[in-house]
Order: sequence, then structure tokens, then C-alpha cells
Amino acid sequence: MAKFQINRRKFLTAAGLGASGFTLSGCDAFDSQLGMGDGLRNFLEGANGLTYRAQRLLAGRDTLAPEFSEADIRQPMRPNGITAPDDDTYKSLLTNNFVDWRLEVTGLVEKPLSLTREQLLAMPSRTQITRHDCVEGWSCIAKWTGTPLSLVLDQAVVKPQARYVMFHCLDTIDRNLSGDIKYYGSIDLIDARHPQTILAYGLNGKPLPVENGAPLRVRVERQLGYKMPKYIQRVELVDSFANFGGGRGGYWEDYGYDWYGGI
Amino acid sequence: MRKPLASRITRQKGRGMDAIASIDQSKEAQAGQSKKGPLIYRQNHWTRLTHWAWAFALFFLLLSGLQIFNARPQLYIGKESGFGYNNTILQIGAEDTATGPRGFTEIFGHRFDTTGVLGWSGPPGNESARAFPSWATIPSYYDLGTARVVHFFFAWILSATLLVWLLVGLFSGHIRRDLAPRLADIRNLPRDVADHIRLRFHHSGRYNTLQKLAYGGVLFVLLPLMVLTGLAMSPSMNAVLPFLNELFGGRQTARTIHFAVMVLLVLFFLVHMLMILAAGPINELRSIITGWYRTDPPNGGTNSTGRSE
Repeated sequence: MAKFQINRRKFLTAAGLGASGFTLSGCDAFDSQLGMGDGLRNFLEGANGLTYRAQRLLAGRDTLAPEFSEADIRQPMRPNGITAPDDDTYKSLLTNNFVDWRLEVTGLVEKPLSLTREQLLAMPSRTQITRHDCVEGWSCIAKWTGTPLSLVLDQAVVKPQARYVMFHCLDTIDRNLSGDIKYYGSIDLIDARHPQTILAYGLNGKPLPVENGAPLRVRVERQLGYKMPKYIQRVELVDSFANFGGGRGGYWEDYGYDWYGGI
Repeated sequence: MRKPLASRITRQKGRGMDAIASIDQSKEAQAGQSKKGPLIYRQNHWTRLTHWAWAFALFFLLLSGLQIFNARPQLYIGKESGFGYNNTILQIGAEDTATGPRGFTEIFGHRFDTTGVLGWSGPPGNESARAFPSWATIPSYYDLGTARVVHFFFAWILSATLLVWLLVGLFSGHIRRDLAPRLADIRNLPRDVADHIRLRFHHSGRYNTLQKLAYGGVLFVLLPLMVLTGLAMSPSMNAVLPFLNELFGGRQTARTIHFAVMVLLVLFFLVHMLMILAAGPINELRSIITGWYRTDPPNGGTNSTGRSE
């Protein structure tokens, strides 16, 4: 996701400059009303909440996303966004084949965890052949293997006031004046405890490759790709995401994507 | 054969478009003197309200939809997008050539140069690679997130309006009475086609055969298909309605159908505008804004109203 994001931002700047200096078409009239925080934008975003509630109502907690057969896997999983993190921490972890990597489980839990890859692999696993849908519009079917997130949450004992699971990642996706921005994202506890929500370490029968998020990425099968962070190093249970990044619950959300990516 | 039919229908009351009975008598009398046909109350407030709600919603859905398409300007057939194999049936892109960047559109393997509109467009000297041009998208600059906000807001408006229209139309009899084609409509089809080709229009309280087919096709086929293929693209709705994607032949085929139906709706809109211009834009606009419609004089001219029953 990262690569096209940065291109997009450069493009936005260029397009913004272009648009201000050249002919204004009829539709440019709306542009100025659609920025983040604008009244019209906020009003239109109200429909996202409606979509979230309607889909939660219809889909319930445990309705499964469609699963496919081996015959439906016709190509390698398409890598997208950051495919080779340039961060020193990540590169040294990779050099060591993630022996020093730990999955930290922190925040609103009774028993914070620090799990090695072996510990995760030793837990019960789930394997599922599912379709990955990118917000851009493409889809790709692949087989994912990992530890159900609910098992990890149970082991850490989630406190009752926790409402969201926040994923903190190792990859830098952006830079601004205050420094590097690492990819991050959040889901609610319904999706976190969904049977198909796994912390995936395997892809198509092999260890998860770097371009697809090694050592660990999450699969949230009833949502779009940007809701499934790669290169995860910490899972934090929170009661609100207002104090993270731009306060909208994730890196992409801070740039205007819906927090709920079920459509 | 025409005339008896015409005279039989001209003064029928209470069976026409919603409230044909409420012909304004004084206006009719006045009109009669100046050789104008009677004004009838042709479109009731539900029809007008839902019409404009759709028009408004479809405008925003189209332009935000083209922006969303720009994020992945390829259409595929099947469950997924082929990267290791080819299942692309349409692609809009830009390529470098000896004479500079050119925009192209490739449909079923046939490539067309569409520089300036599709693939490569923008103000002179400041062109950029984008599938649909800036003037055809909301926002005009590339912003997938915002386009999705706009698209899903108006998707709710469109769906809610369709539901309201369907309920009102079923209970009021509007659908059965005014839209459902009858045997006579089918029999009348060749003549109706011929009349449309000659741009010879008849202004009555009723829709002619082609109107019934066009409006019915949009409301019962195209718009529901749009909603269903839209839902088929939602990963969460796939969990609720897994058969939808099987019905359409996979998520990517559903996306392709979504696009194709958009093209059909745009074509409908163009023909709709042409027909309004040809049939008398003032009168047609008045009827969809105020409900009142000037019909042809009862006995003046050729074959005034005897076409729809």
C-alpha cells in the first residue's frame, strides 16, 4: 500500500497546484467542500456509520467470508504497498530470520504478552483460502495460515473497557516534520474475534514472504486490504483511537479512507 | 383502426397517469380556444420527487464512480484479477511513445488511441496519466478515499429512493397502470419505433411503448443490477450474501457488470435528453417539475392520444 500512497501524495500536490492554476471544470466546485474536516465532507461521511451499522446488523459476529478451493489459487499473492521495509530495525530482524522479533500484546489487557515466532507457531492455527480485495478494486485469491487473533486475545485476557485492537507495524510508510510514520491500523473487537481473523505467518503453504508482510500480518476477511496491516510488531488493546496518529484509527484513515472497510 | 381507438381514449377519466381525472376545466376551455390540448396533471409528487432524487444521486455516483475506477483502470472477468495470467477485458492507460505520452483504451485486445480524454489528459502542457479525465471525476484530482465517501453516501440515497418508489408505485398502482407494458403496447411497438425515428411525438397522459420499456428497464433492471453488483463487491456483504458473487460469476465480473451498467445508464441519459429536446423541452420539463403536462388537442392534428391502450 505504501508505494502508491507516497506517489499519490506527490500527485495530489501536483494536481492541486495544477488545478488552481488552470481551467476550473464544473466539478472542481465540489473539491473545496470535500477536504477532511469540511462540513459537507463530515455530513457525507455520516453514511459510513450507517454502512457500518447496517453491515454489522446483517453480517453479525461470526458469518464467514467465502472460502475457495486450491484450484482457485491461480497466481502468487500480489504484493502491494510497502514490499521491502527500509527500516533498520526491520532489516536487522530480517537478517536474523526474525529470531529476535517478538509480538507484543499490550494496552488494556490483564497479562501483557511478548510472543516469539515459535510460540505463535505452537498455538492452534487456521488455514483459509480467501480473496483479498484491495480498496483500489482488484482481487487476489490465496491461502493464509496463522494463529486466530482471538486465541492471542484470550491468552492476554482483554479488559472489559477495551473496544479496539490497534496494530503497530515495523514499516515506515511516510515521513513528515515530526518524523517517520509507521503503518498502523485498527479493527473493532467483533472483527478481532471473528473466526477468520488470523495473525498470518504462512502464505500458500510457505512462510509469509517479506513483500506480503513477514513475519506477521493480520487477515480480516470481511474488510478491504488496507485494514490488514503487514509487518506487525505490537497489538494494543485500546478504548479509543483518538490519540493515535491523525485520530481516525489508521494510516490510510488519516488520509480520508473510511475506518470501516467492509465495502 | 386508429381513429376509433383514439376517440375511445381521449376523454377517459381516472385511468390515466395517476391523476388524469384532475384536468383543469377552465384551463382546458381556454386551451381549446387557442387550439391547445388540455393540461393534465401527469406526474404526481412521488414520481417527481423520486425522479429528481435519482437524477441528483446518479450524477454524483457517476462522477465519484469514475474516480474510483481510476484507482484500478482495468476490468476483469472472474473471481479475481489476473496478474499471473490474463483475464483483463478492458484497460485504460498511458504509454510512452516516440512522440510523447499517449493515452490508450484497450477493449478485448483492441487498442484505441484516446489521448486527451482517456488515459492521458489535462490542461495543455500539464497533462497526466489518468483513466478518466479530471472534468469527469469527483474530486477532480486523484483521491480515492473521498470518492468512496461520496459514492457510498449517494448509493444509500439511490437505494432508499428506489425502495420508496417501488413501495409507492406498487400500492398506488402507478407501476401496474403506467409502466407495465400491455398487449396493445407490444402490438404497437413497430409503429412506436417508426414514430420515434421520424421524431413524431404524441403528447398524451400515457407513456408510449418505448418509454415504458426504457423507464421499466432502468428501474427494474439497470438500477437493481447496479445495487446488487455494488453489494457483490463488498467483502462484508459477501459473507452475508455469498450467492451474489456466484450469480454474477465472481467479484471481478460483478465489478465489470457494474461498469457496463453505468455505460448503459449514461446512454439512457443521453437518449432521454434527446427525446426531451425533440418532444418539446418546456412541456416535458414542466411535467417533471410541476406535474402539469400539455397534451395534444383532442381532435386537432393526427392521432392525438390513441397510442397507449
